Amino acid sequence: MTENLLDYLPIILMTGLVAFLAMLILFVSSLVRPANPYPAKNQPYECGVDPFGQASVGKFKVHYFVIAILFIVFDIETMFLFPWAVVLKDIGLFGYIEMFIFIFLLLVGYIYAWAKGALDWEF
Amino acid sequence: MELALAVALITAKVVIVTAILLILPIPLTWLERKIAGHIQQRLGPMRVGWHGVLQPVADGLKLLTKEDNIPVEADRRLFKLAPIISLVPPFVVFVAIPFGDSFSLLGAEITLYISDMNVGLLFIFAVAGLEVYGVIFGGWASNSKYALLGSLRCCAQLISYEIPMGFSVIGVVMLAQSMSLLDIVNAQADVWYVVYQPLGFFVFFVAGLAEAQRIPFDLAEAEGELGAGFHTEYSGMRFSFFMISEYVVMVTISVLCVILFFGGWNGFLIPLPPLIWFILKVGFFIYLFMWFRFTFPRYRYDQLMAIGWKVLLPLSLANILLTGLFIV
Repeated sequence: MTENLLDYLPIILMTGLVAFLAMLILFVSSLVRPANPYPAKNQPYECGVDPFGQASVGKFKVHYFVIAILFIVFDIETMFLFPWAVVLKDIGLFGYIEMFIFIFLLLVGYIYAWAKGALDWEF
Repeated sequence: MELALAVALITAKVVIVTAILLILPIPLTWLERKIAGHIQQRLGPMRVGWHGVLQPVADGLKLLTKEDNIPVEADRRLFKLAPIISLVPPFVVFVAIPFGDSFSLLGAEITLYISDMNVGLLFIFAVAGLEVYGVIFGGWASNSKYALLGSLRCCAQLISYEIPMGFSVIGVVMLAQSMSLLDIVNAQADVWYVVYQPLGFFVFFVAGLAEAQRIPFDLAEAEGELGAGFHTEYSGMRFSFFMISEYVVMVTISVLCVILFFGGWNGFLIPLPPLIWFILKVGFFIYLFMWFRFTFPRYRYDQLMAIGWKVLLPLSLANILLTGLFIV
């Protein structure tokens, strides 16, 4: 049990150490850097003209959303493929055919998305 | 007692790996600028130190003393959090990466990896995927249109290429019958997997270029059209955190190429110490990344999406099915 936990301990250590070092660097930087803000400097960059509207209201092309949904479908497929790949030699042809059917079903959705133009990027 | 010793050893390794990774961008930026210079028949940095070797140090000091600008209407908390979120995952990935087998010191066996997880490869993909959060937080919190557009593009790019990347390593897992990187390298003692998996390697490398946001896939920071992408509004040290994380990702992709497809620290013809072999191979891939940067033009965004979804995805799926058939 402890053996297993020791495998995962460095993850916490590494996260903590890197985050701490980042804070430390920022702190050191705050001691030496100048601070001279004024309204014109703190405007978001928009080619030098006054910013028009708010960017953070989040108006963006809906196509990004479609890509995100497609990503989730295929990412879950990846999750299923990993354990299957480890044991493929043991489960043999039966396991292979089963996964073939699973991939085929997802492939139908993929072809549908392609045919509907979800993968075409239009400007 | 034994437990305390093990924990101390792990802590020491974590500190050493973190220190190396944090310092690595310094020689790498120098190397990149020098390679750029010589490819374009220029000299590159020459002023600070011998042939400009101290240039990155000078740049780092400059960044340290630069004013930290935060746009007025930015979401301040997220804006400050984003560089750190972007910095941490590429480092944490190295917990699962082995650099060699082991050596003995004072009669004790010291392994050249921090942790040999049985789900190593899955862990690497899971943690590397977290980097997207830093990008989207940074871009949205800036409340600037260039940053928002850059972060959206970058996110769509990262998640699109994560899929072919994940699929392309399935073939390696099938051959090695393990997700532990140590087992994968040991299984390549005789033949490197690039021989069995040329298609898998091709897909992995191209997707790796996109994941590291390197030319020809550096759409996120296409300076001609987007300012600087998602970190347009960042300055000083916060900006440099994004840069450090980009370099560490590049090193990670190179290391993964070597471990998964080029036999890790297994030598070839010339007998050299395993660690030297490993460093040489990784160095070659890092050089390849830099070479590409000054050789290829950038793709358009629709081309980028088409390559990811219409070329690499079917190729990697075909690779899985073919490799599976071969194994069964």
